Amino acid sequence: MAELTHGDATPLTTADGRPLKAALAAAQAKAKWRAFFLVLPLLLFIVITFVVPIGQMLQRSVYHDGFSKTSPNLAAWFDANPAGTEPDEAAFAALAADLVLMKDNRLAGEAGTRINYSVPGTRSLFTASARGADELAPPFREALTGQDAKWGDPLIWVAMREAASPWTTDFYLTGIDMQRTADGGIEKVAESSRVYLWLYARTFILSAVITGICLLLAFPIAHMLATLPMAKANLLMILVLLPFWTSLLVRTTSWIVLLQGQGVVNSLMVSLGIIDDAGRLQMIYNQTGTIIVMVHILLPFMVLPLYSVMRVIPPGYARAARSLGATSWTTFRRIYLPQTLPGIGAGVLLVFILAVGYYITPALVGGADGQLFSNQIQFHMSKSNWSQAAALAAMLLAGVLVLYWLYDRLIGIDKLKLG
Amino acid sequence: MTVDPKNDAFVAFEHVQKSYDGVSLVVKDLNLNIAKGEFLTMLGPSGSGKTTCLMMLAGFETATHGEIRLDGRPINQVPPHKRGIGMVFQNYALFPHMTVGENLSFPLEVRGMGKDERETRIRRALDMVQMGAFSNRRPAQLSGGQQQRIALARALVFDPTLVLMDEPLGALDKQLREHMQLEIKHLHESLGITVVYVTHDQGEALTMSDRVAVFNDGRIQQLAPPADLYERPDNSFVAQFIGENNKLPGTIEEINGAKARVRLTTGELIDATPVNVTQKGEKTVVSIRPERVEFKPELMPPGALTLDADVLEVIYMGDILRTRMRVAGTDDFVVKCRNTLGQTRLTPGGRIKVGWHPEDARALDAP
Repeated sequence: MAELTHGDATPLTTADGRPLKAALAAAQAKAKWRAFFLVLPLLLFIVITFVVPIGQMLQRSVYHDGFSKTSPNLAAWFDANPAGTEPDEAAFAALAADLVLMKDNRLAGEAGTRINYSVPGTRSLFTASARGADELAPPFREALTGQDAKWGDPLIWVAMREAASPWTTDFYLTGIDMQRTADGGIEKVAESSRVYLWLYARTFILSAVITGICLLLAFPIAHMLATLPMAKANLLMILVLLPFWTSLLVRTTSWIVLLQGQGVVNSLMVSLGIIDDAGRLQMIYNQTGTIIVMVHILLPFMVLPLYSVMRVIPPGYARAARSLGATSWTTFRRIYLPQTLPGIGAGVLLVFILAVGYYITPALVGGADGQLFSNQIQFHMSKSNWSQAAALAAMLLAGVLVLYWLYDRLIGIDKLKLG
Repeated sequence: MTVDPKNDAFVAFEHVQKSYDGVSLVVKDLNLNIAKGEFLTMLGPSGSGKTTCLMMLAGFETATHGEIRLDGRPINQVPPHKRGIGMVFQNYALFPHMTVGENLSFPLEVRGMGKDERETRIRRALDMVQMGAFSNRRPAQLSGGQQQRIALARALVFDPTLVLMDEPLGALDKQLREHMQLEIKHLHESLGITVVYVTHDQGEALTMSDRVAVFNDGRIQQLAPPADLYERPDNSFVAQFIGENNKLPGTIEEINGAKARVRLTTGELIDATPVNVTQKGEKTVVSIRPERVEFKPELMPPGALTLDADVLEVIYMGDILRTRMRVAGTDDFVVKCRNTLGQTRLTPGGRIKVGWHPEDARALDAP
């Protein structure tokens, strides 16, 4: 035994004198390489389809070179003069030179679009001025403001200063309903045009409501599935999974058929005399519609993790608790419920994250007040404002990551059990 | 321990029947009285109805017919949590999300006991099973034997007068099992509690119990103290279920009070004690324990009838020698003898004569 209790100076060696650690590493190297090659395709797939696109999205949200690539002269002037400097003749000369550059490269539209994001209604200013850029002569200030008085607007100069560098926080500012002021500070946008923060909050609240309803509905179903004999449970499980085999679009539109004003549910209630014909309920194309349909679509994602956890909770625990004197309610609260926590956590996290990013359903049945944040992302994508879409998407991602972190702190991610 | 079940019934089953499917009975007319302070074991093969009986007593199954009384009070309609019966489960059922201390605290909390009192009792219960240092561990951090002790402590911590145990040692290895058997037996003796113990391990039943109820096919086949059960089985099921047993089928040739002569199917005549056979010409199975078979003429009673035996195999088991022979047409007649210095060594291929005291050969019903 004495030889075995090392731990002090001399490291262990094999019989032929090689250090034990090196020998072990050599012996295991082959297996390690084999394992690595087996996961390599997956690793590449994840890098190509997940890491790279998300990285690009994040980069796009803070990078837009539409203006900066054709404004070297302005960039130089902005570098030489600190923020808040009144644009002087040199500044207008730089602008005129850049306008010529834009005209020659046919990039005035792109540059104008970039400024347009910060100061709406300025795209045509660039295209029009670039068209006549060759005729501009000193003094440039008078020449340009004479062409269009907007060139004297300090907000445009603030926007151009920001856009002269491709790296920008403009899109995040827009995302949190902020804008730049003429003196280089930031302020909230006018109350009537604040969209994003409110929508952001509502997306998370709606998702929480949907998740909560899903949990309430799924818990008894999962419990029943878990306690029934296997054959019956499998049959019911097929019913739970049935929605998965149907197209998302079909499911959503069938809800429209059911819930619309002249739909099945309303007609049934009218014919039963519960409501009169004039009082048909508005259950679709609004928030209610979004909640009903999304609960239906996301329910299986709650049932499955709950079921997989409940299935393996032996009934013996409940019996033991009862024999120890606990009522059935106490048994449920103190013995059964805590043991389903990993399933609840997994289901809640899964449903919530899916709900936060949901797009098709709110777009189809959400109407005006049932829209979610992702509908705004889609809106900007359809307008080719990739950077703004990316910034909003990154905000959504950040929100989810914060929740994930909170979950890890409060419950512990290692307790998650998805199946 | 002397038990007078008639006057002193702490737990009573009266004409209890149980059916799960409405077609067949799992428990058929069970009548059983258990005295206060008794250690009673329900022993039987799986499916014999012993666990169902225990579950009915605990309140997890309802009796289809009949009455169950605890301390004179009918408990058929009492829900399990109001019966105040401690229970130890086969797989311990320790709550995995609670520490050992919290597990023990649970039955006290649901009884609304104050914190100080709880801690005193938990300490006492843990010390009782020598697990005082493990209060803050989780069940998953304990070995099987330690979990078993905690389950025991949890079932005892609220001072129940009746404790049910459902094959509590089934998951332990042999050595630990035997150790725990004695420990549970000693706890029973020192606490004076009544224990109803279910097992399919006959050795366990014989070691621990005051009385054993042998179950088969939904009925109690025999209810007796361990020694009676082993030495005087009432029928061929009990004889063959408890301990090793040589069976010789035959017919009653002659019966005279406590003595009988049996003509074996191979034609030989042997002496036996009739147990549940009464008539001449009745079919019977004669049961002889392997350690009661004699092969030295000087140890047989004078005038004993003997049979020819061909030694087939001698198995050396350390403390005993187990010899398999061909006797009266069967190849698995076993004789056990102690491995002592002067013991006669039998060798395979040898031919000897075997015999026994007539009271060791019990003529039972032919199944």
